[in-house]
Amino acid sequence: MVQAEAASLASQHIGYLLHLADNALILGQRNAEWCGHGPVLEEDIAMANISLDLIGQARFLYQHVAELQADGATEDSLAYFRNPEDFRNYTVLELPHFPTNTGPLAGTASAECDYATTIVRNFLYSALMQLLWPALEQSTDGQLAAIAARATKEVRYHLRHSRDWLIRMGDGTDESHRRVQSAIDHLMPYTQEFWISNVAEENGARIGICPEISSLRAQWNRLVDDTLDEATLKRPPDTGYVTQGKNGLHSEHLSYVLGEMQGLARQHPGAQW
Amino acid sequence: MIALKQRFSMSEVEAILSTIPDPEIPVISIRELGILRDIQVNTDVLGNASLEVAITPTYGGCPAMDQIRDDIVSALAQAGLTARVSTRLTPAWTTDWISPEGKEKLRAYGIAPPHATGSGQCHQQTTIQFAPKKGAADAYSTVAKAQNDNEAIQCPRCNSVNTTETSHFGSTSCKALYRCLDCMEPFDYFKPY
Repeated sequence: MVQAEAASLASQHIGYLLHLADNALILGQRNAEWCGHGPVLEEDIAMANISLDLIGQARFLYQHVAELQADGATEDSLAYFRNPEDFRNYTVLELPHFPTNTGPLAGTASAECDYATTIVRNFLYSALMQLLWPALEQSTDGQLAAIAARATKEVRYHLRHSRDWLIRMGDGTDESHRRVQSAIDHLMPYTQEFWISNVAEENGARIGICPEISSLRAQWNRLVDDTLDEATLKRPPDTGYVTQGKNGLHSEHLSYVLGEMQGLARQHPGAQW
Repeated sequence: MIALKQRFSMSEVEAILSTIPDPEIPVISIRELGILRDIQVNTDVLGNASLEVAITPTYGGCPAMDQIRDDIVSALAQAGLTARVSTRLTPAWTTDWISPEGKEKLRAYGIAPPHATGSGQCHQQTTIQFAPKKGAADAYSTVAKAQNDNEAIQCPRCNSVNTTETSHFGSTSCKALYRCLDCMEPFDYFKPY
């Protein structure tokens, strides 16, 4: 009985680490779709750099999971050989770079992309992680705390970048305002998922691996509201379906992201270059 | 196969490691950059000594880390030394670890060196805007300009502090793009982390 409970706690611990890792990897992969297609050169480079930070965070977390699992898993097997239902990222991070009612049904990298959607998503997620990473520096999982200390430094610049563009576009031209407002209307309902804790988060909070996620909500709301206000944008009400990507229930878009990301590794397992 | 040298002095090892340049900014060594954290000698049961070099990554996704690891192993191998490179995450690397000599070399290379992480630059919340409708009066006061001398980013070419940020990210994650309003040249600023 005690053993079964310990095993369950260990698997919840790993589930939580995968949640953090998958968030970083999937958003990193999505943002990397801008590489070579950025609206201006500086933003092309900025997006590639942010992706690099995110993929770096994911790598450290996957390496940590692989060590804990000690079953032959590697950072590569975790990134390339798990299926969509095994991924624990927030649904909002896998969505394509356009409000889904305006584009094709499946968000592949070749679709027409909307930078406002990219910026709003980066802002909503960075605003959360700018609170969560510092809290994770106190984690009872020492390796997670070390990774969090590194990521805390990085997310500050991600938030600054997206917040800056959000204000520039919101308080900008009629067209930029319209597009960033429609991106907010589209993405904000997905953030409800941040605040409904799942088993991994509840167990994690109980044993000090992570904070109670709800404890960050008021600060997040304040940051979002203040920024939207400065950007002359309106916040839509928190209504509608609460997504469950972090429980493995994803939108149809994740399979396309993974198809692109995992294709090479799966067609040529062990390939080296 | 390189024969394992069993006797070596620590100063010899340090001298070798001090010559390894950063792959992205080759004017500065990995020691000056503050990546090199520790050197330890491990001796196995047969009395063979090997080195363990601990490095701390600058940025999680820094693609130069693998290169640095290879460079350390091969530089020591050339001197007949076997080494293993380990990654140390705590404490996290900070730009405050870049040595004064390293900062001077960065400046001479055309990169404005980072301010101390405690300075205002790190938490600066200035916004680059184009056509603000709201608060138009202070539109251009929000341009990322230095608030005071402590926060001023000095042009590495003409030393002017009359500079402005053009992009939060430069050619690599660790840098931002700036422009000097006196000599009009663009330059990189190494962001405080």
